[in-house]
Formats: sequence, structure tokens, C-alpha cells
Amino acid sequence: MNHLPLIIKREYLSKVKNKSFIVMTILSPIIMIVLISVVAYLSQLNNDKVRVISVLDASEKVKDIFTNTDNTTYNILEDISLEDAKALVAETSGYGLLYIQDKENVEEISKGIKFYSEESPSLTVISKLENKLEKRLTLMNYQDVGIDVNKIETSQVNIDIFQENFVGETSSKTDNIIKLIFGGAAGYLLFMFIIIYGNMIMRSVIEEKTSRIIEVIVSSVKPIQLMLGKIIGTSLAGLTQFAIWLALGSILLVVVSAIFGIDIAHMQTPQQAAIQQAMENPDVNNQIQNAMQGFFNLPLTNLIVAFILFFISGYLLYSSLYAAIGAAVDNETDTQQFMLPIIMPLILAVYIGIFTVIEDPHGTVSTVFSFIPFTSPVVMLMRIPFGVPIWQQLLSLGLLIGTFIFTVWVAAKIYRVGILMYGKKPTYKELIKWIKY
Amino acid sequence: MDNLLEVNGVSKKFGSFTALNNVSITVPKGSIYGLLGPNGAGKTTLIRIINQITLPDSGAVILDGEPLNESHIKDIGYLPEERGLYKSMKVGEQALYLAQLKGLSKSVAKERLQYWFKRLDIEDWWNKKIQELSKGMAQKIQFVVTVLHEPKLLIFDEPFSGFDPINANLIKDEILRLRDNGATVIFSTHRMESVEELCDDIALIHKSNKILDGKILDVKRAYKSNTFEVGVKTSNNTVLEQELSETFKITPANFKTLNNELKLNIQISENQTPNDLLNYLTSKGEVSHFVELIPSVNDIFIQTVTNNNLQ
Repeated sequence: MNHLPLIIKREYLSKVKNKSFIVMTILSPIIMIVLISVVAYLSQLNNDKVRVISVLDASEKVKDIFTNTDNTTYNILEDISLEDAKALVAETSGYGLLYIQDKENVEEISKGIKFYSEESPSLTVISKLENKLEKRLTLMNYQDVGIDVNKIETSQVNIDIFQENFVGETSSKTDNIIKLIFGGAAGYLLFMFIIIYGNMIMRSVIEEKTSRIIEVIVSSVKPIQLMLGKIIGTSLAGLTQFAIWLALGSILLVVVSAIFGIDIAHMQTPQQAAIQQAMENPDVNNQIQNAMQGFFNLPLTNLIVAFILFFISGYLLYSSLYAAIGAAVDNETDTQQFMLPIIMPLILAVYIGIFTVIEDPHGTVSTVFSFIPFTSPVVMLMRIPFGVPIWQQLLSLGLLIGTFIFTVWVAAKIYRVGILMYGKKPTYKELIKWIKY
Repeated sequence: MDNLLEVNGVSKKFGSFTALNNVSITVPKGSIYGLLGPNGAGKTTLIRIINQITLPDSGAVILDGEPLNESHIKDIGYLPEERGLYKSMKVGEQALYLAQLKGLSKSVAKERLQYWFKRLDIEDWWNKKIQELSKGMAQKIQFVVTVLHEPKLLIFDEPFSGFDPINANLIKDEILRLRDNGATVIFSTHRMESVEELCDDIALIHKSNKILDGKILDVKRAYKSNTFEVGVKTSNNTVLEQELSETFKITPANFKTLNNELKLNIQISENQTPNDLLNYLTSKGEVSHFVELIPSVNDIFIQTVTNNNLQ
């Protein structure tokens, strides 16, 4: 008798009808949006504050570079001693005092620049000042040795290397960034999905054990059917939750930005300012077009098919292990010891994905780890946008499916024995013995 | 076919631990079969093997003339000792789910559930969650779920634990009624008085071995010691006691009487009959009490297990 559909249905409904599941499903996107809004609001607040920096330029050579901006006002002090200037800044509770010594020589000036403040100044402020001064003093140096600055500026060349493979497909740096985003998102999504719903499967197995219904169930169905039903039912519930999050999240984002539209658009974080500035530049328009082009240059069919296959097999591989852990223990606190070996390869996969695939998507490390079954789903998903030969994908998938069948078999063995074991927490040695029963 | 279930030489090892060693039992059709044994003797393993939860290492199980297979799942109803229900599921939904797992269609399951719920007077529990019910109430649901698919073989492991006397009686009557309607019952318990009351046959499992089985009456016959509890009124009790001890094996007995009689347990030897003893006693005085001592299941259990431990 095949009860799998019946079990899947029960698992799915019991998850979906569960109050905390419903609350989480609805609340999570709201919390996310609220969080984003709060961060946006706070960064806006932070940027509204105007810093007053006093400048005492004894050399009289650089003071004209300090022009006020939206959040920094420069107060140029003149005819005042350093001590008086310090006292003045302290009195008026200014942000700090930049002091440039009176020296003839550029090199000597550059060595004697000091910043006085009550509290240690922010890193960005200091580096901004340093940039400004560096530019000006370098310029002065050029002039001192008789270099025509205008010539330097006009001789400046911008390079954007056009990439083309032997088949004739062109790509650019923007393309690579798009690829990274897609691969990273796919890999990370799988990682999150495994952690969240693997845990849910494990808890559901433990619940069946602690409520002691398990023996009644396994007298009617084969344990492996129960395990697979649980994994599939919970995953479907997970997919439902993800879909709702996605839909609800995008609706909320639209609504929120419609209501607070002005606020978000005017978020003057430095990056956004840069983007806005760049928008007016025709060069960047070109880049956006490049990005669109990059998106369509992705091996989309391959990406989607591979995503579905690697996602499902990778997820099943890990979730069967989670089910086995749930069966081996009596309560959640006992699971820690067994979780580590599962989490480790997952985290390893994500790090390898982030650090080595970006650097060299077809390098030895990325290639090897995209074949090892426990890391391959994540690493391979990150590599595929960069174009992986089909034979490599198939080999990796074959290894993954083989391992997945093996782990399901092992997990089913542990599950079959474990669900009827109560009392002490088993050791790894005992788990191996269970497989042989 | 007289036997519903035959277990032939079943052994099961868990690692180096032997849970069952060459155990055979025969359960006649339409009987109530008591499966007895101390804790950890291997009863649960045997029951799990019959339920196909665990597979035996060797030996065979025959149910109704066929080797045990997957199609038999619907022929067996099992109420385990470690039992429970999904806490957050509603009673009705849960019972329907479990019935469907046993192969009933949803409509049939619903119809039968309504009949049983009415019968046990628990109709208004349908939409309650298990966590709202008391332990005894949940046990009733479990009982209904066990018998709902009308299996040929019912296996109850400690069915009365958790019930108050009234409900325990109710369940006992239901078990007898199911037997009368043709079901065969295997009954595992430590409550010897229920074994005495319900069972037709018993098997005793101890340290992974079956050490005793058969019709309960045959077992008792085998264990009787030809001892009689007697009360005799004479003019001089001490003289009679002295005389009796020369011919028979006697021990003092303790039972309630109205008069000041001589109360003794008297064991006769193989070549003596009860009549010899009775004739002898009537010649000495007035016999007010003469009962053969039949060993209780409890006595047999304790005696066999202790003897076995000594060996």
C-alpha cells in the first residue's frame, strides 16, 4: 500500500495550519520591511547632522580646498594662534580642528598636519581630509618640479576591456557582477532553505517520538515512507512559505516606498549619492544597458534547470540527514552534537562559493568543491552562471544523486531503529551499529 | 485452519544482545492469548516482529495460513504500550488519518468512527485537540483507532494502563465482544488478574526464551501440586496433625472459618487419590472444608521465572 500522498498531505497541512508557521509567514516580511525602513531612516538622520570642522592653515596654501558640503561645514580661522584656535573650537563644541603648519616646502607641510578633537574623529572624516590634502599637495609638487598639470589630466585614459570567448560571446565586467549576483543568490538561497526547513523536519521527527505516536504509525507504514513523506511535506510547506514571503515582500516594498517614497528616494547615503550623481552621466546609462545585456547573456535555461535539479537533490541530501538526527535523539537539546558535521560542509560550501568562485570560477578549488557532493549544490550553483561545461554539471549531479540515495538509505536505517529508541543519547558508534541492524 | 498466528523459531539480535532466541508460539483463532514475561524479556520485540516493525533475523511468522507480508498490515490492529497521538491535531482528523493509513477509505472510516464515538459516548470530542484531552480520554481514542479497521488480529500491550476502573471495565467488555465477533486477541500485560480473567492461552517469555506456553487450564494442571486445603473438626487437633504428618506432606493453612477447626494444606503423593485423603479425614472428624489448590497465573509466573533464574 502506498501511503506516501496521505503522509505528505498530513505533514503539509499540519505545518501550514500551525499557528506559529502562519505568524512567521506573515510577520517575517513585515519585520524585514520595518527593519529596512528603520535603517534607512536612521542613516538619513545621521547624515542630516552637519559637522563643523575648523581649519587653521598657517601656510596659507591650502585653505581654498575646503568647500562646504551638505554635511560638513569648514570654518576657516585666520590670524589666531594654535592655542587660541583649540580653545575656540572646544568652546564652540566644533567637531575638530585641522592644523597645517607654516612651512615653505610641500614635503615639510605634508609631514606636519594635525587634527585636534575632543573625541577621536570618524574614520571617514579623516580619510576625506587626507584625500583632499593629498590631491592638493601632489598638485603643488607637480608644479614645483615644473610638470604641466593640464597635460596630465588630458592624457588620462580610461580602459574597459571587452571580453570575448572563442565562440564569439562577448561579456564585460558588469556581466561578471551579474553572474556573481545570480550564482550567489542561488547558492545562498539553498543554504538558507536547508538550514530553516531541515531543522523543521528534525523537529517534526522529534515531536513524533516524544508524543509516542511513532509506533502506531510504523505499524501501518514503512519508516522510509514516513520519512520521505515528512521531508516532502515539510519542503512543500517551506516552498509555500517562501512564495508567500516573496509575494508579500514585494507588495509591502511597493506599498512602503509609495507611502514613504520621498524618504527612501532621498536617502543620502554616500553610495546613493554617488549613484545619483552617476545617473546623470551618459557613461552610466551605458553601463545599465550593459547590465541588461549581461542578464540576457546568462545561460538562462541551463541556470534554471540546474538550479531546480541541484536545489532538490542538495536539499534532499541534507534533509534526510536532519531526519536521521531527529530520529536518533529524544529532544532538541541533544541534537547539537550531530548538527555540527552537517553544518560544517554547508558553511564551507558558502565560504568557498564567496571567496574562490568570485576570484576564479574555474580554478582548482572551485572545481573540486563543485564535485564533492556535500558542497557541490551550493558551489556548483554559484559557478554555473560563469558557464560550466555540461559534462561537469552532469558528473557533479550524478555524484550528488548517488550520494543522496546513499544518505537516504543510511538515514532510513538510523530512522527505523532510532524512532523506537528512547532514553539515552546515542553515540556515533551506536548509530553505525544501527545501520547494520 | 485452527491457528490464526504461528510464530516459528523466531530469533532476533541487536548487535551482541539477543532479544529473542528461537521463540515459537501458536495463537488459536478466536482466542485471547496472554503474552507474559518480566520487563525486558523480549515481548515487545516479538510484538514488533508480528507487526512488521522489526524484521526477524531467522524464523517465520504465518498469519492465517500465509507468510507475513505487507498486505497483512490491514489485518492487524496494534495498541502499543508506548502510545500517543499528534498533540496539535484534532481528534476526528487524526482518527481519520490513522484509519486511512490502515487502508480504510475516508468515507468508511468516518462512518465507523461515528459509530464508535457514539458507542463510547465521546461524540463531542471530534473537534477537540488531543492536548485538551485527559490521558484516559486519549487512550479511548487510541483504542477506537486500533479496532476501527476490524482486523483479524488485535494486539494490546497493557491496554488498561491509564484507565480508571469504570473505563477499564468498559474496554475489557469491548475486547471480549470483539473476540466473540471473531477477532483473535494477543494481550500483553503485567496485571495477572486480567490474564486470569480474560485469557484462554498464555505464553511466558523470559530472558529472550519462551519458557512456558499452552492452554491456561493445561498449564495450571501441569503446575498443580496435588495439594488440598482442608478444615477438619476433631476433639484433639494436635493428635490428628501428628498422625497426618506421618502419611502426607502438610503445611499450616490460613483461611477464614466459623469454628475452631484444624486448618492445613495437605499434599498427596502420586499414587494417592483425593478420595483416599477425604476418606481418611472423614474417619477422623467432621470435614468442613476441602478444596484443591489451583495455582494462580501469578504463582506460576513467579515460580517459573524464579526457577529459571536459579538455573
